[in-house]
Amino acid sequence: MDRYFQAEIECAPREKILEIQNSKLVAQVKNVWDNVEYYRKKMQEKNLTPDDIKSVEDLHKLPFLTKADLKEAYPYGLLARPLKDCVRIHSTSGTTGKRVIAFYTQNDIDMWNECCARAIVAAGGTNEDVCQVSYGYGLFTGGLGLDGGSHKVGCLTVPTSSGNTERQIMFIMDLQATILCCTPSYAAYLAESMHEMGLTPEQIPLKAGIFGAEAWSEEMRRDIEKSLGIKAYDIYGLTELSGPGVAFECSEQHGMHINEDHFIAEIIDPETGEVLPEGSQGELVFTSLDKEAFPLLRYRTRDICTLNREKCSCGRTHVRMAKPRGRSDDMLKIRGVNVFPSQIETVLLNNGYAANYQIIVDRVNHTDTFDVNVEMTPDMFTDNVGEIQTRKKILEDGLKSMLGIKAKVNLVAPKTITRSEGKAVRVIDKRKI
Amino acid sequence: MAVNQVSVFLENKPGTLDQMTEVLARNGINLRALSLADTNDFGIARMIVNDVYEATNVLKEENFVATFTPVLVYKVSDETGALNNILKIFSAANVNIEYMYSFIGKKAAYMIFRVKDTANAEKILAGKGLQSLTQEQIAEV
Repeated sequence: MDRYFQAEIECAPREKILEIQNSKLVAQVKNVWDNVEYYRKKMQEKNLTPDDIKSVEDLHKLPFLTKADLKEAYPYGLLARPLKDCVRIHSTSGTTGKRVIAFYTQNDIDMWNECCARAIVAAGGTNEDVCQVSYGYGLFTGGLGLDGGSHKVGCLTVPTSSGNTERQIMFIMDLQATILCCTPSYAAYLAESMHEMGLTPEQIPLKAGIFGAEAWSEEMRRDIEKSLGIKAYDIYGLTELSGPGVAFECSEQHGMHINEDHFIAEIIDPETGEVLPEGSQGELVFTSLDKEAFPLLRYRTRDICTLNREKCSCGRTHVRMAKPRGRSDDMLKIRGVNVFPSQIETVLLNNGYAANYQIIVDRVNHTDTFDVNVEMTPDMFTDNVGEIQTRKKILEDGLKSMLGIKAKVNLVAPKTITRSEGKAVRVIDKRKI
Repeated sequence: MAVNQVSVFLENKPGTLDQMTEVLARNGINLRALSLADTNDFGIARMIVNDVYEATNVLKEENFVATFTPVLVYKVSDETGALNNILKIFSAANVNIEYMYSFIGKKAAYMIFRVKDTANAEKILAGKGLQSLTQEQIAEV
């Protein structure tokens, strides 16, 4: 039996959702036109006024916003409210060196927390649960986002933040935590550490995990579910739009429901910017309908995925997005071929290795070199050199068939690949281009 | 009786062997024999030690991948043709040797053999008069 945090809106008829989107969009475009000079100029360049946008049908006319716009307008250029109305900022981790700041009014935070609450309830959470939030607290949206959601649901919230693995495990065991929120790589690390302490999945009190903020594969999900004895749910979001909870998985674990009363999703051709027909794979674009302080219209996420409008058996009517194949920030172009770290992870797990790897790309004599360092595991080790080399060859062949280009696998000693307690360091790109 | 050898995965780069022997030294493990198999990027250290279980445990605690491998150990007397005589028995019994290495005990030399089907090979070789050493005997010699 599925439970909902806000059944009336989460299971609303499609016409109702469209009606909400139409009226909110018209108001939001007007709001942005009046308050954000940067975007008004972009509209004027296309000879648009708010009157041209009468419904979601007209959305495609509006100009895009990209990460480059956010950088150009940094820090206050896209702010739509006076500072006296703003109560908080968050900022992206800036892995690509482009730090982005997003602003929030109290209403923005409430809306965001409700989105996270929907995700927690969809994962089976109630006010009887003990919810440990092991995402980092601070500028990163993971910690405070799920923390707020957990409060709205009424869970006993354990704000451990990231790091200090021993203390994390102590709280999980002592308080009998039932829900764990963190990055999937940290969940895998916690599972590994708990097993090393001799804990079996049966002894671990957790029943559900809400994992996001980085790309992860179905194989990794199965691994984590098995090792912690839980159901693992994906959650999606961007700081630019609010944070985690823009979309979340339900009990079906088959795509993430986008909170369409707050966000309109489109799929576009990343090359031409054209809106693609339903079901196509392309770049995900979001328009935030309720954000007051930092209202982004047609923001290009760089995430490549598909949307699915089929009815979900969980009862929710909001569109589902597939797990993104990866952000273009993560996407590597190696010898002209697009490579997503999540693809490498899939091959590793399918071949019996753990998802502990690092991609090293360099350019030697105008040719890209592509190395994947993989940690040796007790399961994959044998005393026979030939057997290890055969297994390595099988892994290299698997990578070749998945990616279309050849990678050199290096077997490295266990726990030598940096496992940061937040996002995993998966890629080292040494190319100077 | 087959003897348990400790096999350890090592990266082929400076310092890894030293890290391993450091762990063993710190935990009072005595090495009786050591052999290294290497490839371009990794190697396997194979060791006969005084306490196999303790050695494997402390290595695992320090994040090494280590495993047991059964091997056969035979005494080789210090005279011309001694090894050849042993190997002749192996070939007569049609036992294939995956790898072998040696160590010198207090009084004699010993050869360590890794074969595919250890138990079966040991039985056949015993039938031909070759008595392999036990884990306890290794500690004494």
